[in-house]
Amino acid sequence: MQLEAIDRQIIQTTQAGLPLVAEPYQAIAEQLDLSAEEVMQRISNMQQNGVIRRIAAVPNHYKLGYRYNGMTVWDVDDKHVDALGQRVAELPFVSHCYQRPRYLPDWPYNLFAMVHGKTEQDAERQIAIIAELLGSDVRRNTVLYSTKILKKTGLRIAG
Amino acid sequence: MDDIDKAIVNRLQQGFPICESPYRAVAEQMGITEIQLLDRLKALLADGVLSRFGPMYHAEQMGGALTLAALKVPDERFDKVAEIVNAFPEVAHNYARNHVLNMWFVLATEQPEQVQTVIAEIEKQTGLTVYNMPKISEYYVGLQLEA
Repeated sequence: MQLEAIDRQIIQTTQAGLPLVAEPYQAIAEQLDLSAEEVMQRISNMQQNGVIRRIAAVPNHYKLGYRYNGMTVWDVDDKHVDALGQRVAELPFVSHCYQRPRYLPDWPYNLFAMVHGKTEQDAERQIAIIAELLGSDVRRNTVLYSTKILKKTGLRIAG
Repeated sequence: MDDIDKAIVNRLQQGFPICESPYRAVAEQMGITEIQLLDRLKALLADGVLSRFGPMYHAEQMGGALTLAALKVPDERFDKVAEIVNAFPEVAHNYARNHVLNMWFVLATEQPEQVQTVIAEIEKQTGLTVYNMPKISEYYVGLQLEA
C-alpha cells in the first residue's frame, strides 16, 4: 500500500503530536490548506485501515513510577513458540510479545515479552508467572531491564 | 501529579475523538473544562510525563517497515554511539539495557528497503555489528500503563 500524498502531509504535520488547541483538526487543515472535514475524514480512514493505531498519549514509563521495564527473552522450541507466545500475550501485564530471530551463539532467545513493574519485586513476580506458564519448554531465559531512555520520538517520515 | 493529571494520563492512553472540539468532548466526559485539559496536557508533555500525544502511526500499515535492533557498544563509546544512532530520524525509540547487547533501538521506515540502508549506515558510522531482530510473529501489543 502506498500513502496518498495528502495523507502523507497529514502524517508529517502530526508526527510530533496533535496541535494543543481547541480545534486541532481545523489547525491541521489550515496548515495544509484543506477543510477540517477532509482532515477528519482522512484521519478517520487512516484509523480504520490501521495506518493510525489510535490517537493517544504515550507515557514515559519512568515518570509514572514504572522503573523496572524488562524485556524478558526466552529460548523455546520453534515448534511450540506460536502456542506459547499466544499464551504469554494473554497475561494482563505483558505489553508486547513477539517471536524474533536468534543470533547463535550470542543470542539464543526467540520469544520476547515486555513487562513493567514499579518495583523490582513486581517485575520479578511477573517474570516468575511467565516462567511458570512456559514451564519445561524454556531452555534458557534472561531479562534486560532498560537503564535509560535514549530516544522516544515515535515514527518520523522525511520531509 | 494529582488525581486529575492521573485521570488525564489514563484517559488519553485509550484514544481520542475525531470531531470539531475533541478536547472539549473529552473534558466534558471527565468533568473538567477544555482549558483545564489543554493546560494540564501541555504541562504533562513539558514535564515529560507524556513523551507524545497524537496519532500513533503504524509503519507497516503505511507500507513501510519496523524492526528491533541491538548493538554491543563498548562502555567508553556508549554516549557517542547513542548520539550517532539517535541522529537517524528512522530511529523511533532507543533504550540502554543491562546486557552485553546494551543498546536496543526500534527502526520505523516509510519504505521497507530503508531498514537495510539505515542498518548499513549505522554499521558504517559506528563500526559495530547491528543485530537486526525483525519480528517473525506478533502475539500482542497494547497494554496501557495506569498512572
